[in-house]
Amino acid sequence: MAKAQVEAGAAGHGAEPRGKRTEAGEATYLIAIAEALWEEMERDERVYMLGEDIGAYGGAFKVTEGFIERFGDGRVMDTPIAEETIVGMAVGSAMEGMRPVAEFQYADFMSSGFDEITTVLARYHYRSGVPLPVVLRGPSGGGVRASSFHSINPEPWFAHAGGIKVICPAFPSDAKGLLKSAIRDDNPCMFLEHKWIYRRIKEIVPEEPDFLVPIGKADVKREGSDVSIITYGAMVHKALEAAENLAQRGMSAEVVDLRTVYPLDEDTVLRSIEKTSRALVLSESYRFLGIGAEVAATIAEKAFEHLDAPVERLSPPNIPVPFSPTLEDAFLPGVSDIEAAVERLSAW
Amino acid sequence: MVDLGTDATHPAREADDVRIALFRLMVRLRVFEKRAYDLFLQNLVKGTSHLGLGQEAIAAAFGLAMRPDDYTFCTYRGHDHTLARGVPMAPVMAELLGREGGLMAGKGGSMHLTSVEHGMMGSYAIVGAHLPIAAGAAWSAQVRGSGQVAVCFFGDGATNIGAFHEALNLAAIWKLPVVFVCENNLYMEYTPIGAVTAVEHPASDRASAYGLEPILVDGNDADLMFEVARATIDRARSGDGPSLVEAVTYRHGGHSRADPAKYRPASEEQEWLERDPVIVYRALLESSGVGSGTLTAIEAEAEAEIDEATELAKASPPSSVSLIERDVWSDGGSAWRS
Ligand SMILES: Cc1ncc(C[n+]2csc(CCOP(=O)(O)OP(=O)(O)O)c2C)c(N)n1
Ligand SMILES: [Mg+2]
Repeated sequence: MAKAQVEAGAAGHGAEPRGKRTEAGEATYLIAIAEALWEEMERDERVYMLGEDIGAYGGAFKVTEGFIERFGDGRVMDTPIAEETIVGMAVGSAMEGMRPVAEFQYADFMSSGFDEITTVLARYHYRSGVPLPVVLRGPSGGGVRASSFHSINPEPWFAHAGGIKVICPAFPSDAKGLLKSAIRDDNPCMFLEHKWIYRRIKEIVPEEPDFLVPIGKADVKREGSDVSIITYGAMVHKALEAAENLAQRGMSAEVVDLRTVYPLDEDTVLRSIEKTSRALVLSESYRFLGIGAEVAATIAEKAFEHLDAPVERLSPPNIPVPFSPTLEDAFLPGVSDIEAAVERLSAW
Repeated sequence: MVDLGTDATHPAREADDVRIALFRLMVRLRVFEKRAYDLFLQNLVKGTSHLGLGQEAIAAAFGLAMRPDDYTFCTYRGHDHTLARGVPMAPVMAELLGREGGLMAGKGGSMHLTSVEHGMMGSYAIVGAHLPIAAGAAWSAQVRGSGQVAVCFFGDGATNIGAFHEALNLAAIWKLPVVFVCENNLYMEYTPIGAVTAVEHPASDRASAYGLEPILVDGNDADLMFEVARATIDRARSGDGPSLVEAVTYRHGGHSRADPAKYRPASEEQEWLERDPVIVYRALLESSGVGSGTLTAIEAEAEAEIDEATELAKASPPSSVSLIERDVWSDGGSAWRS
């Protein structure tokens, strides 16, 4: 089981080198992502990367450290600060078969390329039949005191665009396998890393060059029988911690990690509800019209006869992410909030 | 580049009272940034922060040249620009610490300092986002006939994003009362601006594309910056339209708190440290006859001010959770857990 490595508060931006696997073969989420990129760059010459400070500096979070030395500046391209053009470049080059992987320093800046992402990238294949094997990747999420322009969970916006697969892994192995799948996929994929996880979580990560994790498949990270916690991203780790605490009090929570939020793996979610009859839908993205709202609606529609309690959602309110640690902690769902919600559901 | 050299008797040098004020302001900005760095090392400043150490002359000169009701727009590297508008040190420091007594009660932090009552219309952490906003504020001043001017500070890296070009064109065609100030510190985050820009001078070489005069100045020369600030603000106020200033400067430290700036050649750093705007200006004032006692007293006052501000900031409690629901809407409320 993965465990927390670093004290809360370290964003990691511009900081230490990426580091290496431990002797036992454990890799952080950051290392796992770098391995996926490296292996796919080695495997397929059409794969190239573009983004701000990704070359000589190795990326704002050091994901691409060492890449320019190996692959050269023709395949590891330092761009000006121009997100709209970064997306446009990726799209245009993909039209004739290049496989771009564009890095955003923070997922927040994807919105500077919003038009190219939502009106071009998401819709082009539908009318032209030309596949766009584009990957857009970058760190999302809060918990590192980065305030409201560096903490976004943009997955609902882009899941709404319709033609983009949206991936939000929680574990190093899933991150590696899913990123490799995304690069090999002929459809646009948005790969949302979580910056709180980068250097905190490590585990043994497969090394086979064709290790892939399928896009659109959820995974049960902890089996349980009383309540299902359906979640993704950094909240998976909070849910696992809560489940552990609850077990000591005799309650059995199952933790379903969606891994991909669009398309949604309804089957795995519904199977879990059939087993537990109670659902807590937990997300770090906003509650209103969020990923959690979609999951809750799916359960209400398709598992009504299995439910013993109303579906409960736990997510941040629809307000900007506040800066002060006291405010951000109140904003984000915490382990004790999750435990309380599971207890409420169990009481039904 | 306009260059006044180090000739203390150059006629463009300001009268002593202005120079003293300029020195005082620069020293205050310097001690604030140094203290912010110390408190970061003590893990009291949370999250990240981007310091203006080495770039003080630009914010100070414009701050002094502005009218109290003029507008400032700046970036995440905006402590200096905020203080230069007369915002007291204590609430700025408390904001960095995430305290209830902070400028925004801890909601924003270092990157988002805003104080509308001081004309400080915000620090923007999305590169380029505030140039069109400054144009909008300037247009509103024009429509209202208020005589206010908007001054918009941004980095060299911002000159390659679409918003820069869109805002400049619009400000030029509508002759908006706005001064765009590019603080060219030679680097974006970690990549030299020259590596990703088609022209040598990222702002001034593009001025002609918008029908503007190229204005390329030494951003570490406080007198010169003050002269440029006054001239461009006057031009805007008198209805002659926008200006685009490129002030060449250098940040003494890394891009943000955790960055040791190893990507910069040591010789380059050394060269710029020797051109430290505060030290150079101090020497200039002394050589032009300002008594060293006067200068030392200014420095001591600034130290006392930052000590007091630090104590006040530290004494302020962490932001109360009840604040989280406040001010989402204009009536002060929120749709908390709607
Ligand atoms: C739209 C957008 N893209 C990327 C970033 C990440 N970022 C923050 S600061 C920065 C460099 C800005 O450089 P410059 O404009 O020269 O300002 P400086 O930091 O040197 O003052 C970058 C790329 C951002 N904040 N906004
Ligand atoms: Mg710069």
